Amino acid sequence: MLSLALDLALALVAAAGVLSLWRLLRGPSAPDRILALDTLYIDTIALVVLLGMRLDSPLYFEAALLIALLGFVGTVALAKYLLRGDIIE
Amino acid sequence: MNLLLAILAPFLGAALIFGTRHRGRLRFAGAAGVTTLIALALLAPSLAGPFQGETLIWRLAWVPSLGLDLALRLDGLGLLFALMILGIGLLVILYARYYLSPADDMGRFYASLLLFMGAMLGLVLSENVLLLLMFWELTSLSSFLLISFWQGRADARSGARLALTITGAGGLALLGGLLLLGHIAGGYDLSTILAAGDTIRAHPWYLPTLVLILLGAFTKSAQFPFHFWLPNAMAAPTPVSAYLHSATMVKAGVFLLARLFPALSGTPEWSALVGGTGLATLLLGAFVALFQHDLKGLLAYSTISHLGLITLLFGIGTPLAAVAGVFHIINHATFKASLFMAAGIIDHETGSRDMRRINGLWRWMPYTGALAMVASAAMAGVPLFNGFLSKEMFFAETVGASSLLRFGAVLPAAVTLAGVFAVAYSLRFIHDVFFNGDPIGLTKTPHEPPRWMKVPVEVLVALCLLVGIAPALTVEPILAVAAQGVLQGPVPDHDLAIWHGFSPALWMSVIALIGGLLLYAGRKPLFALHERFGGRFLARDLYEAGLSALFALARRLTRGSDRPSLPVMLSLLVLGALVLGAAGFLGAGAGLTGPRPLMPVDGLGLLWALGLIAAALATLALHRRRLVALVLAGAVGLLVTLAFLGFSAPDLALTQLSVELVTLILLLLALYFLPQEDPVEGSLPGRVRDGVLALAAGGGAAALTWAVLTRPYESIAGFFIANSIPGGGGANVVNVILVDFRGFDTLGEGTVLALAALGIHAMLGGLHLSGSGSGSGPGPARDAAGRAWDSDPHPVILATLARLLLPLALLMSVFILLRGHNLPGGGFIAGLITAVALILQYLANGVAWTRERLPQNLLPLMGWGLLLAAVTGLASLALGYPFLTSAHGHLHLPVPLVGELDLELASAMAFDLGVYLVVVGAVLTVLIHLGRLHAAPAGDWT
Repeated sequence: MLSLALDLALALVAAAGVLSLWRLLRGPSAPDRILALDTLYIDTIALVVLLGMRLDSPLYFEAALLIALLGFVGTVALAKYLLRGDIIE
Repeated sequence: MNLLLAILAPFLGAALIFGTRHRGRLRFAGAAGVTTLIALALLAPSLAGPFQGETLIWRLAWVPSLGLDLALRLDGLGLLFALMILGIGLLVILYARYYLSPADDMGRFYASLLLFMGAMLGLVLSENVLLLLMFWELTSLSSFLLISFWQGRADARSGARLALTITGAGGLALLGGLLLLGHIAGGYDLSTILAAGDTIRAHPWYLPTLVLILLGAFTKSAQFPFHFWLPNAMAAPTPVSAYLHSATMVKAGVFLLARLFPALSGTPEWSALVGGTGLATLLLGAFVALFQHDLKGLLAYSTISHLGLITLLFGIGTPLAAVAGVFHIINHATFKASLFMAAGIIDHETGSRDMRRINGLWRWMPYTGALAMVASAAMAGVPLFNGFLSKEMFFAETVGASSLLRFGAVLPAAVTLAGVFAVAYSLRFIHDVFFNGDPIGLTKTPHEPPRWMKVPVEVLVALCLLVGIAPALTVEPILAVAAQGVLQGPVPDHDLAIWHGFSPALWMSVIALIGGLLLYAGRKPLFALHERFGGRFLARDLYEAGLSALFALARRLTRGSDRPSLPVMLSLLVLGALVLGAAGFLGAGAGLTGPRPLMPVDGLGLLWALGLIAAALATLALHRRRLVALVLAGAVGLLVTLAFLGFSAPDLALTQLSVELVTLILLLLALYFLPQEDPVEGSLPGRVRDGVLALAAGGGAAALTWAVLTRPYESIAGFFIANSIPGGGGANVVNVILVDFRGFDTLGEGTVLALAALGIHAMLGGLHLSGSGSGSGPGPARDAAGRAWDSDPHPVILATLARLLLPLALLMSVFILLRGHNLPGGGFIAGLITAVALILQYLANGVAWTRERLPQNLLPLMGWGLLLAAVTGLASLALGYPFLTSAHGHLHLPVPLVGELDLELASAMAFDLGVYLVVVGAVLTVLIHLGRLHAAPAGDWT
């Protein structure tokens, strides 16, 4: 039962990833793309956690934690660039 | 042990003086003097040994696999040279104190001088010939610093370069020779080599060995045809000439001849090469010296001539000739050093060294004149002065040797002729300078130098007289012990007396003296003749021509191979790799696909691959819009991270992710100053060509990967996995490889990282970008679409959130750092996490806020990190293990509530901490420096 749920969840998250990627490629505006990248990060977190559950390995959770912690910094930097141009001021 | 300390003392003194050279100037002479005295004092307890016939050897294994030991040796020869180096060094230090002007950098002078002194001392006290070679090269390098001491003068720079080129080339030859010698003798220790004389002489490689070693000795001792660097080195300050070109540097060559005398001498080849070169140098130097108008030029050529004399004596090869050679080394050092100092005094007090202008100085400087007269008489070989004794021994030896040669009579005649010239130029040094009319056009009125400037000359001149009058009482003991050191056996009977009866040698001396007087009396027509016909010597011109040809060749090669165009260079590089790779692959005749079965394709993987391809293609298609390309490249990076995770490489995934973010921030910082759109560059055919090349290279790499992955392939990974826990005490193989198995690599990479950050710090430190827009900063005033920038630089929500995130991120990085040895993680990743978390503070809270809370100068952080890593490595060395072997163990701590805590401790942890510090320091330094460029007026950041 659990494995079925995991497979289903993986498929759904992968679909979400594909859609995020689509938005990333299409744009059209820069904020669209930045948001798409951020969403892609979130999809990745979900994917990694699900993979970790399916492969029964705790290491994946740490990778997910790190992506959650740091992926956000990239979005911040890109958004700051759009707003101010100067990201460290 | 005290030998080592005595050698180290000057080096330490040099470092000390150099380190404090901007504080005061006069104490340096004192410090240098004290250093020399300390070295003497350290040597003193060992001095008695050689006199009792002992050879003191002290040894510390250094690189035993190369036969390189830190082995030192004190026998008679080393003792004599060590005393000369330190004794005359002391006098030169005192003399230079008064010679150098207040404008000169005394600290640099004395530091270089002590460096040279230490190198020279090491050279004469080495037991291992490879160690000797290292000190030999050090003397070349430090003499370069000394000769070019007045860096502002072109002649000083070119003279120093010439000396370094010639002696450095000789050093290379010597390296080859000593390696051959050690190979033949079966060891690199002098004790082994000196005892293996018969083996060496009978070996088929004897001749090449001899020639290579002699090349080293002859270049150093300015023997013909390598003599021409010495006159050009006279651009050095006179104390340097007095030290290097009388007693030490140029004597290193004859020291080597004396040192290897028992091992190499006694063959016809030795006599022909050494004796022939010595004779040629003796004659040439004496002849040219007479026609020099420059005081120091005269002394330089006379030095060449006397070095030729000593070389000739060793070339004759009888034990008695070797004794005479050692004796003349002592005598020449004393009188030539004092003559150089006298010449320096004259130069100092009159402002000129041209003997056509400085005349009649006796009126103003009778005391200096008297001192110079004594030294000159010694140089000419006048009875009652020390030069006479060794010269008479020399004459006697040539007479003895002449009976063994076919045209034997030529030898005594030739050396008598050289003696005639020696008397003439010695006479000129005195007569032309102190008498011979009035000075012409001097800028200064000459006067006697300060009291203490004369003391060193007095000491040396007194030695000349004492040795000359009472040799048996003064010089005999040390001569005997030094000769014993040279011969490594009993010293033949020699009689150091002034009167030997009416021997042929006496008549030769008489002829030389009378002939010299006559020659000098008839000098005017000779000078005129020389002026007309005597051109410059060829050697220097050859050197110049050779050097400029070499430079031209280098320039042509560079221009031919290195175009100043990145696309061209890259295309050539890629094309080269492609052609070579394809040739290698096709040449092997193997199919593309190996025998390994393919793995099944899962849906998720396929999706991932398609996504990666789409993102990469989109990056390519949209690459002209730089910000979009950056976002898309971020997606590519994320997908690659996912790949690493999927293929069970969590270390790589973590690293990839952190690097991805740091790169993104770096590029955004730069992008602020750059156009937002990438212009189209190059012609269409050119771009098509580049595109084809790129596709071919990418396809080639893919094919190669395919070929490798489809073949069964045993990597070295198995070894690392098997040895990770027993050898490195960690379960995380990647980390154990980084900090233990390949720890040295990691240390090197960390150093490179720190150096790069330091370079960026230096380059950007003083850079100010002028404003291009109308805003306050140097960047554009509006964004790409022409909208005004947002007015709020630090939104409150973001700032608050970022502050909350910092402790969490730091906790994470500590966690990753600590458990890195066993599970994915380690110093590098932890450092990146910390750096990213701190950068986030700069982003969200601004520079001013963060600066108040962080150390502003992060360079020390990198320094401490490197130091920690290196010290960890050295600690294992100190415990007797190879560099960077990690020690590990477990610490069990009872912790309330949790139970027992099993704490894994490995020395690699300290190493990893060092890596961590370096990474944090380097990343922050680089990014903050770039960010700082944005600040409106560049602040006072360090």
